[in-house]
Amino acid sequence: MDDATLPGRLADDLDGAFEELVLGHQDRLYSIALRLTGDPRDAEEVAQDTLVRAYHALASYEPLRVRELNLRSWLATIALNLARNVSRRARSRPAVAPEPVGFEGGADPAAGPETWLARRETVDYWAAIVLDLPERYRVPVVLRHVDDLSYAEMAEALGRPEGTLKAQVHRGLAMLRAAHTADREEMTA
Amino acid sequence: MTRPALPSDDPELASVERALHSLRAAAPPSLATSTLVSVGLADLYASVDSPLGLAFVAWNGRGVSAVAAGDDASAFEASFAADVGRPLRRVETPPPRLAAALARRLSGDRRAPVPVDLRGRSPFERAVLEKAAEIPRGEVRPYGWVAREIGRPKAVRAVGSALGHNPVPLVIPCHRVVRGDGTLGQYSMGGPQAKRAVLSTEGLDVGELERLATRGIRYIGSDTTGVFCLPTCHHARRVTDRHRVTFRSATDGFAAGYRPCRRCRPAAAA
Repeated sequence: MDDATLPGRLADDLDGAFEELVLGHQDRLYSIALRLTGDPRDAEEVAQDTLVRAYHALASYEPLRVRELNLRSWLATIALNLARNVSRRARSRPAVAPEPVGFEGGADPAAGPETWLARRETVDYWAAIVLDLPERYRVPVVLRHVDDLSYAEMAEALGRPEGTLKAQVHRGLAMLRAAHTADREEMTA
Repeated sequence: MTRPALPSDDPELASVERALHSLRAAAPPSLATSTLVSVGLADLYASVDSPLGLAFVAWNGRGVSAVAAGDDASAFEASFAADVGRPLRRVETPPPRLAAALARRLSGDRRAPVPVDLRGRSPFERAVLEKAAEIPRGEVRPYGWVAREIGRPKAVRAVGSALGHNPVPLVIPCHRVVRGDGTLGQYSMGGPQAKRAVLSTEGLDVGELERLATRGIRYIGSDTTGVFCLPTCHHARRVTDRHRVTFRSATDGFAAGYRPCRRCRPAAAA
């Protein structure tokens, strides 16, 4: 992933290089979408639409523009817009009990069922409290700490100053810590 | 190169950051395939019913990319690999909307919305195939008609060759293009017998077409309208026996004071 030569190869031979872009970015785009929408089907749709739109955009851009793309932040921008539309659509749907987001692969098959369960609970738990964050904190937190984007890349993807983003990430993390602490105290009370 | 966040100095924040890292998930295995299919870099295929029995149909997000008669999947895959070369995967059925439109198109409805993927075909081949797609069900046109309609009146043999290499027979009805003498000619999807069978299921009286051909009749006119048509034109079939006149050539039609039909355009205007 993040191969510095990929934009050049996309500019020269889009059809030949596009599969590499898909394989290199599908997990991160799916993860971003999953943690922003909370729904695996919506996340798959967002990730696929992101890649399809990227293909058509790359086909229409001048080669020079393709060569200069930062694929990580550019793809994140597309995914964020699509995830926002999906979330808006989901809010207008009749409310149903949220399905647990679940454990989505990356499993260590050698780990026993107890480890699996423990991790599942942790992943589901953290996924749920991230979803409860207000959007202006959730998006920067997910990009910074789930996707590992740099603040410079986030500034490019979100069009906000780095300083603002640092403050929003900090505030988001503090809110998550507070929620976690409150839940733990509730369980041990 | 990845840029892991520096763990926070605050141990509690650091544990929050670790938890967030565990929220990365692997995309479902179907994602890459559906993406590549959607942009036309990979194809799916399924077996469907056609007027010629079971047929394989391959498609991607740009349209239907291959059609072939038969039920031998490995033969279909081998010919797709040789002709097209993109990754190909078998599925149970086409997506519902495509399946419905395909069923209509395979039964002869040229207006059923079935996009086709003709990448890799020359502009000439595309023009030939797109022109063939305009011929209505139950009618046929000569190779020379296609050549004239696309502005290459002398390229009759090349038209035959382009139709012979039609990657999507039935979806693009190359079977509706026949020889100038009125006989059926070749067919890539199973030879002349298959061509006769499809045209018959579309309601064309192939026997009558061949009888006219044997008698040297190429055009049918109406003495009430003064118009002459190709024999299978919808308008020609409505002419009653009493008013029906026949011509062996367009020149004969013009000489008799008739003009060519505007629907089937049997000849260049005199």
